[in-house]
Amino acid sequence: MASDTTGKPQPATLRVGALDAFIASDGAISLLVVLLGFLCGTVLILAVGRNPANMYAALLQTLTGFDITRGTWNARYIGEWLTASMPLILCGLSMGFAARTGLFNIGAEGQYVMGLTAAQFVALYGPRISGLHWALALLAGLVAGALWGALVGWLKARYSVSEVVATIMLNYVAYFLSRFLTQLIPAANTYRTPAYPETALLKNALFERLTNGSRLNTGLFVVALCVLFYWFVIERTKLGYELRATGFNKEAARCSGIKVTRSITASMAISGGFAGLAGVIVALGSFGYGRVLGGLDNYGFNGIAVALVGNSTAGGTLLSGLLFGMLASAQPLMQSRQIPKEVTWIISGLVVVFISLRAGFRMIAEWRQKRIAEKGGTRDE
Amino acid sequence: MDEYAIEMLEVTKVFPGVVANDKVTLRVRENEIHAILGENGAGKSTLMSILFGLYDPDGGSIRVKGKDVRIRDPNEATALGIGMVHQHFKLVHNYTVTENIILGLEPKRRDGTIDLSGAERRVAELSERYGLSVDPRAKIESITVGMQQRVEILKILYRNADILIFDEPTAVLTPQEIDELMSILKRLKAEGKTIILITHKLREIKEAAERCTVLRRGRYIGTVDVAGTSEEEMAAMMVGRAVKFRVDKAPAKPGDVVLCIEDLTVMSAKGHPAVKGLSLDVRAGEIVGLAGVDGNGQSELIQAITGLAKVHTGRILLEGRDITRLSIKERVEAGIGHVPEDRHKHGLVLDFRLDENFALKCYDKAPILRKFGVLDFGAMADKGETLIGEYDIRAGRGPATKARNMSGGNQQKAIIAREIDLSPRLLVVAQPTRGLDVGAIEYIHKRIVAERDKGRAVLLISFELDEIMGLCDRIAAISKGEIVGVVDAAAAEERAIGAMMAGVRGGVRDGGRGREQGAS
Ligand SMILES: Nc1ncnc2c1ncn2[C@@H]1O[C@H](COP(=O)(O)OP(=O)(O)OP(=O)(O)O)[C@@H](O)[C@H]1O
Ligand SMILES: [Mg+2]
Repeated sequence: MASDTTGKPQPATLRVGALDAFIASDGAISLLVVLLGFLCGTVLILAVGRNPANMYAALLQTLTGFDITRGTWNARYIGEWLTASMPLILCGLSMGFAARTGLFNIGAEGQYVMGLTAAQFVALYGPRISGLHWALALLAGLVAGALWGALVGWLKARYSVSEVVATIMLNYVAYFLSRFLTQLIPAANTYRTPAYPETALLKNALFERLTNGSRLNTGLFVVALCVLFYWFVIERTKLGYELRATGFNKEAARCSGIKVTRSITASMAISGGFAGLAGVIVALGSFGYGRVLGGLDNYGFNGIAVALVGNSTAGGTLLSGLLFGMLASAQPLMQSRQIPKEVTWIISGLVVVFISLRAGFRMIAEWRQKRIAEKGGTRDE
Repeated sequence: MDEYAIEMLEVTKVFPGVVANDKVTLRVRENEIHAILGENGAGKSTLMSILFGLYDPDGGSIRVKGKDVRIRDPNEATALGIGMVHQHFKLVHNYTVTENIILGLEPKRRDGTIDLSGAERRVAELSERYGLSVDPRAKIESITVGMQQRVEILKILYRNADILIFDEPTAVLTPQEIDELMSILKRLKAEGKTIILITHKLREIKEAAERCTVLRRGRYIGTVDVAGTSEEEMAAMMVGRAVKFRVDKAPAKPGDVVLCIEDLTVMSAKGHPAVKGLSLDVRAGEIVGLAGVDGNGQSELIQAITGLAKVHTGRILLEGRDITRLSIKERVEAGIGHVPEDRHKHGLVLDFRLDENFALKCYDKAPILRKFGVLDFGAMADKGETLIGEYDIRAGRGPATKARNMSGGNQQKAIIAREIDLSPRLLVVAQPTRGLDVGAIEYIHKRIVAERDKGRAVLLISFELDEIMGLCDRIAAISKGEIVGVVDAAAAEERAIGAMMAGVRGGVRDGGRGREQGAS
């Protein structure tokens, strides 16, 4: 009955069916968790005496633009959904990249603010050449977010400063710095700057036409590129291998010749870069003027939840960002259907809580494997 | 009928891809020292983890002192009088011995404060009674590994354990400490305790245990009376074939000097010199052993050679090239391989797959590295398969196994496989066979000799004089950071080396510089 575990490849492993592979995978857990979250949301709506079908109608409208009650179709909703998802996905990638390389980047918010601020300045003062102008703004936001992250990485690598503490501090520094700098702009009042020139905007005429005038913009390409970049670097490259090795065991990485100070700094820089780009996309995609921030936008913090549900993989984070984006952009539609918009927050909150039940699902998976082994899934001798 | 303290009947434990325990039966008599012997990955630690409540078994039953029990967690094990000394100690370093021992069950005075002096008295009493000579007030960070282990023993005695499990307790000890531990075990037995001892060292089983249960590949092979069974018989029972204890090797044919250490001084982490003006040569085609008691500068010396520690003064030359200031990477490139002393800290990325661990030193070269910084994970897995087969590494899921989920000995084999596979010009090996079973030791020794015969230089650090005497061509004794003498292994006497390790000069002609010994 026992499996023979010599070095020879095949016979040693238990045969595991597709179902078991699925149950054991992180993706399945996330999916179950999301379903569970919606189930709870549904029960909650019933409990307060509303019709849960209205919530699903609102969600359907967000996803497809199709209004099932009136039988009308408006693609603008799809555009708004994607627009809301973009910074969430990017901040999820930011958090996820750090997590995959053994770091806890709680500072995506600050990196986001730095990216946003840098983009606003380039938008107002950069060369007004169409194509070049917004590209420069993207670059500036990327660099600003990356530097803000790299600083933390370097402090950690060089002086063992906890990245958690450092990023939290830098979140506030970024916020006040942004307010201070933006208010220095001539003709800025306490909440906004003059409007940007057209050349700075991430507007995309095609997307606008397709989505009936939504705010969906060129940022979508940036997000797509970032998801690809993330997957490629983490899963396929030498750099990703080095960063992961350093994240898991700094000493062993050092021992095998990896330059760990550089690795940790690079991890945080890349992580910050994603968040910085999120800032640019919000600044130049959703607004036509620079903002003097009156509070945090919270995309950075929501990114933590996005990465968690997406298991810090590229595809998972993309899907989970779309999910959170859907919940956020469905709020007004829900309210118009007498569903309290707080339900969406409860659902996202529950999803995050349930994710921590992962251990429980692991146990089920192990239990099933055991049963297979008992039934003779192993090679007989 | 015997009185059994522990009966584990037909216990089964399955991990993904591997049956770690397959209907294993273990019967331990009241008040005996019972050894468990088995190859790396045979399932010894798993069996003990089940007994201590760390894993839930998938089948079988457990009886403690005749009563059927289910042990769901370590607290329940403790309540049943079972205690375990783990291989990796779980002590708080800036606490005192007593504070560590009472952690979690602090004795309270009536006003709610902790009765530390009362606890200290009890710890002192226990230490006295079992001959542990532990100072209850010493800080953990200031005592030796051997002492820390005794604190772990005290910790379980303090919780009134009468069944004590030791999982490879001697793997971290120096030979002197091992002798002391053996007498502690006997003392514990004399005081009425029951002891389960896991070890790969047959000599220790012979010395301390009465009976021995042998496991192989997760299965129960048998239980023997130690007195009536020879070491060879036990080894054969566990590996399934006869094992050679002596290393077969032809005389060395030393070539040019590969590693040349000149007047090297290295500071310890605390800032005083750990290696003092040391000079040593290692030639191509020879194995030089560094014999010494732990803490005499061996660790610092290796770290200086491999680039983990800074050189204070002096030079290190590799094939005539000064590498004193090179980075770790540059040294790897120059041809230094390193089996580190602390495998969890320096040797492995525990959360990496096995094949990713194999790749740690060759991921930046073909065939694994391809164009544009892309890695070929298929090639990585292939390499993994090869090494797994070659070194008989037991891993449930092959190259995809997480290093964390492998048995201690198989982790060690993986590191050695990776380093030897690079076939570096200079191989620095620290404690290569610590935690390995006799079959694996035989194989690893053979591979190290094969490297030598290929013309590589090998520097070996081991606390085990047997290993050094059996494997090396020349032996350098180190004491207090200085080479006390260098002798030819063939002509070496164990006593003389022992004396040199204690700092008595002898066996050299040039005052410890150890230059003249290589063939010239
Ligand atoms: N947590 C785990 N997850 C998956 N597999 C495991 C786990 N722990 C142990 N194993 C597997 O179970 C088998 C037995 O491991 P165990 O640690 O009990 O061996 P061992 O006899 O103690 O070996 P060693 O002498 O090397 O310490 C090994 O094949 C190992 O890979
Ligand atoms: Mg073990």
